Amino acid sequence: MASKSLLAAPPRVLNIGLRGFADDLAARGMAVAHVDWRPPAAGRERANVLVAWLRQREARIARANAEGLRRMLAADPVLVDVIPAGKAMPELGEHVVLHAGPPIEWKRMCGPMQGAVAGAIVFEGWAPNLKAADKLVASGAIDFHPNHEYGAVGPMTGITTRSMPVMVVENRAFGNRSYCMINEGLGKVMRFGANDDEVLGRIRWLRDDFGPLLGAALRAAGGLELAPLIARGLAMGDEMHQRNVACSALTLRALAPHFARHAPGAETLAQSLAFIAGNEQFFLNIGMAMGKAVMDPVRSIEACSLVAAMCRNGTDFGIRLSGTGDEWFTAPVELPKGLYFPGYSEADANPDMGDSAIMETIGLGAFAMAAAPAVMGFVGAGRASDALAFTRAMGEITLARNPKWTIPALDGQGVPAGIDVRKVAASGVQPAINTGIAHRKPGVGQVGAGVARAPLACFDRALISFAESLGFKK
Amino acid sequence: MIKNRVRRGFYADSVALMRIARELNKGGITASLMIGTPSNKALLKESGLLAKEGEGARPDDLIIAVKGKNAEKALALAEKLLSSGSAGPSSLPAELEDANLALISVPGEFAAGEARRALERGLHVMMFSDNVPVRDEVALKDLAIRKGLLMMGPDCGTALIAGVPLAFANAVPRGDIGIVSASGTGLQEVSSLLARMGKGVSHGIGVGGRDLSEEVGGRMTLAAMDALEKDPATRRIIVISKPPAPSVTKKIMARAKRSKKPVTLCLLGSDRKFGFVRTLEEVVQKGRKEKPPKKVKGNITGLFCGGTLCAEAQIILMDHGLKVSSNVPVPGATESGAAHALIDLGDDEFTRGRPHPMIEPALRTAYLVRALKDKAVGVVLLDVVIGHGAHADPAALIVEVLKGSRKLVVASVTGTEDDPQVYSKQVRTLERAGVVVASSNAAAARLAAHAVGGRSIT
Repeated sequence: MASKSLLAAPPRVLNIGLRGFADDLAARGMAVAHVDWRPPAAGRERANVLVAWLRQREARIARANAEGLRRMLAADPVLVDVIPAGKAMPELGEHVVLHAGPPIEWKRMCGPMQGAVAGAIVFEGWAPNLKAADKLVASGAIDFHPNHEYGAVGPMTGITTRSMPVMVVENRAFGNRSYCMINEGLGKVMRFGANDDEVLGRIRWLRDDFGPLLGAALRAAGGLELAPLIARGLAMGDEMHQRNVACSALTLRALAPHFARHAPGAETLAQSLAFIAGNEQFFLNIGMAMGKAVMDPVRSIEACSLVAAMCRNGTDFGIRLSGTGDEWFTAPVELPKGLYFPGYSEADANPDMGDSAIMETIGLGAFAMAAAPAVMGFVGAGRASDALAFTRAMGEITLARNPKWTIPALDGQGVPAGIDVRKVAASGVQPAINTGIAHRKPGVGQVGAGVARAPLACFDRALISFAESLGFKK
Repeated sequence: MIKNRVRRGFYADSVALMRIARELNKGGITASLMIGTPSNKALLKESGLLAKEGEGARPDDLIIAVKGKNAEKALALAEKLLSSGSAGPSSLPAELEDANLALISVPGEFAAGEARRALERGLHVMMFSDNVPVRDEVALKDLAIRKGLLMMGPDCGTALIAGVPLAFANAVPRGDIGIVSASGTGLQEVSSLLARMGKGVSHGIGVGGRDLSEEVGGRMTLAAMDALEKDPATRRIIVISKPPAPSVTKKIMARAKRSKKPVTLCLLGSDRKFGFVRTLEEVVQKGRKEKPPKKVKGNITGLFCGGTLCAEAQIILMDHGLKVSSNVPVPGATESGAAHALIDLGDDEFTRGRPHPMIEPALRTAYLVRALKDKAVGVVLLDVVIGHGAHADPAALIVEVLKGSRKLVVASVTGTEDDPQVYSKQVRTLERAGVVVASSNAAAARLAAHAVGGRSIT
């Protein structure tokens, strides 16, 4: 009997509104927390009407969401192989370029993405040089599609073409597969828009040497189970978006013997091991393919209000809902807030970019900030208690806690999982996304890191379409 | 000259804003600081303070509105006070993971949404906010009942849970008397009278002033009676309300009859022959005889911060054969036209967009000044409500404007010795200034009635 529980002991009070009430209680030594309440932003009235309308269909939505959550939490993602993108995705043919985020045409792409596209065209041999590549694109000969529509994801610019080596994550609970390019390392790389010979040379090495070796090692190992690896990584201070130190090391540890057995020579082996060891973000791309593999079975459940994907292309932020199938809901992307490397400032920053927000979609990244207080250095005050507040706030817009992925600092509570579009729209709490910040000019690379916020307008639009899918008429 | 300035995306609670406005309201300046909700803008317009700039403000903006000669100067002062940190960073934790009660005091138009979220999270709710549509109240209470939670309010100003005073409540010892109250000041008066007699309270559950109306149907009163019946710390139950709707009275009576614990129903102004208790004072004690004051010429003007104290006083004056008007009349009283007038300054019409007079008695001070000057007024009747949440020294504010006046002022203090303002200190302050302080609100009303020659019955 819950009302009995209120009378059984002195109340523990959440004070929302007049501060004096909290001060009175605190002065008496009572358990009280004051919420820094603000009125919802202007223009939320419509969202509130829709949320109220949807409440009358609560039973149906709750059933659909329970199924969505069941699929999400039952996922069994395993990293199984590395193969050429064209083999993984047979529709990925000549002159097809996949990019991060929701659909976008060439003209609206930001600088780094255009730079990466030109580089990829040269890499594929569709044009002899960058200038010719730009011309080819301008002639309309290139087909652009979001990674998400091909079963793939990619960090930052996320450019994927057919001969790039992609890692394969299989969700063994449902049999679906997802793909992501191998992380190129830090600094001057294609995911930040760089496209010179050094960059293309590294991708060739990934394609010809490192990728095949990693693939062989994975096949020999029988795959790398990712759910338990993530669980260990959370306990070791990773949140798997901005910090992948532990997970990258755990991956290296698990695969090193298989690398040794399958390497064609000592030099390739040494280079390959050094490549993983030298890149603390190596695991990010594995985590992203995992996120996509976890969320794809949650797509297209009728009446399910869960967010199935969040991503950005440097121009627009886009989300997809389970209940509205393949429809994209987009809004202009925001600039991340964070810290800049010496010599750079917000003036150099490219707006938020990449498919990596799939990490937050499955409850990692900023949603798991409480596990990774070290990341807080990039966000404002940087106190460990602020990291806890991040995770708790994201718990306000999610439906469940993932019992497989727990956070020691929250007494073993799971990461918040299952973003509900209704909760975002009703509360106005924007999903937070931990992210690297790219230079706005192609090729300069990463200039900082911080936190971006998913624009509310995406969720408002999704909410309308979701309500319409259940019979709401304007 | 009217000047508005809008601060985009700025929020501070109404008490903090009122304090700043009070600083500005000097030297011929009229000022008001309000969040730009449509209802607040209408209020500013009514009081002639809304300029074009303010009209464009959004609900998440702050409007600083000033009228008067040195308007620019006042605006600058407002900006300075706003940035001087009254809304500074919190030293309290951002959230309490295992909280079980949400105390909600946000503006009325946002309160229902906050309450729904809290209930859905499994939190009990005490909603101090008023101006919440009755439809929302019914929906929230139904949701709470489905989830086995208590939904105290809207417009619930007082609760005592397991010895902890919440919002406007008094420091009362714990005991075995459980109180369910649709009236904040009713609960304060009864629990304070009990405390001053050395008795204690197990819990005081507020349910909001409308709970016993036809529409709400006593939903939460019944749920709270259930909870107290099950509560091992409670041995006796008191239910306090202004006169309920007849259909609801029946329900409550039936529930009281079934109760395994003795129930006292104090339904203010109800007929004693049904076994009801008619005044707050009678719940606790028989009306004490006090030394009657001198007879005076003129009428009674009552200026109340507590709505139920105002209602109790009306009943007592009518029991003395006096005709009474009130902005919130009890059955038998009229809205206007009677010789004696009792005003509830805590009613919605006065609190829209400004703090309750128990927090900020400036409004009553203005009415008191007027009453003291009014030759037709023979007695001024006041309540002085102290305790947590209330003004730090309400007696001092009253005494300040009494200087030089020879009018008979009768008052009572609702509160206890352990309250921050200290009961005996407040009484002493008032008595030194010549105020006749009675032992209860009811006793004060009786004294006022005697002073104007009301017929003696108790």
